[in-house]
Amino acid sequence: MNWLKYSSPQTFYPLAGKMVPWFLASAAVLGAIGLYIAFFAAPTDFQQGEAYRIIFIHVPAAWMSMLIYMVMAFWAGIGLAFNTRLSSMMAHALAPTGALMTFIALWTGSFWGRPTWGTWWVWDARLTSELILFFLYLGYLSLKSAIDDPRRADKASAVLALVGAINVPIIYFSVKWWNTLHQGSSVSFSRAPSMASIMLAGMLVMVFAFWAYCIAAALMRVRCEILERERGAAWLRNLEGN
Amino acid sequence: MQWASASEFFAMGGSALYVWGAYGMTMLIVAIELVGLRRRARTLREAAGRNAQAHSD
Repeated sequence: MNWLKYSSPQTFYPLAGKMVPWFLASAAVLGAIGLYIAFFAAPTDFQQGEAYRIIFIHVPAAWMSMLIYMVMAFWAGIGLAFNTRLSSMMAHALAPTGALMTFIALWTGSFWGRPTWGTWWVWDARLTSELILFFLYLGYLSLKSAIDDPRRADKASAVLALVGAINVPIIYFSVKWWNTLHQGSSVSFSRAPSMASIMLAGMLVMVFAFWAYCIAAALMRVRCEILERERGAAWLRNLEGN
Repeated sequence: MQWASASEFFAMGGSALYVWGAYGMTMLIVAIELVGLRRRARTLREAAGRNAQAHSD
């Protein structure tokens, strides 16, 4: 099978259309299981009471905000290096979903911080670097839309995405490098997770639900990008239904 | 099961504002993004359809 075939917008458009319902359905099923665990299977936390249940959306959203940025910077970089149209479109399609995930992480973090730390916001390393990530997404999106020539917009926004990528490891390690109010990671590769297994299971299911949702949203948006950028192309005229 | 009644569930042990505020905003954002994407795709497909029509006439 020739995978490179799918690097052209013309062949990727229908393929993405076929994948979207599967990812949406997975997101819905996993989300339902995850929410059931979050609200009915997981017990009350002995320290934080019920407020801790925010973890089931906060952590997945925060992970997605960083992961999507890395994937976006990767595709932007590929587009910059090899001048491939679809890569740049993929980067553009990921940015709004990444920005929304960052917003969700900040919002849910704030609603969690209030009952546990007694404050909605604090200028701590983890929170501040996550806020910078949100501004990087917004900067990327506005730079892209400020330049009329799409190929030049691709290049300029790709440089911004690549330079901004340095912020992601800073967010990730901020709880280790600085003394922060934000707790350290509950899950890591190097040691056993510091949470009850049912809570961990619920969180991981929610992570996969968010993952599936973000892929579906990015694929839906890349199809829109393709329709916009390829406007007038001959292949679009033969498009039936899809 | 954690909850004795539905009202106990919605009260979230006194943390209702925080828990439902966090979950509510997340649901709202997901709904807005999906509706927006659907609408954008439909508009673009209709435009592409009109374009195809114009070329075939």
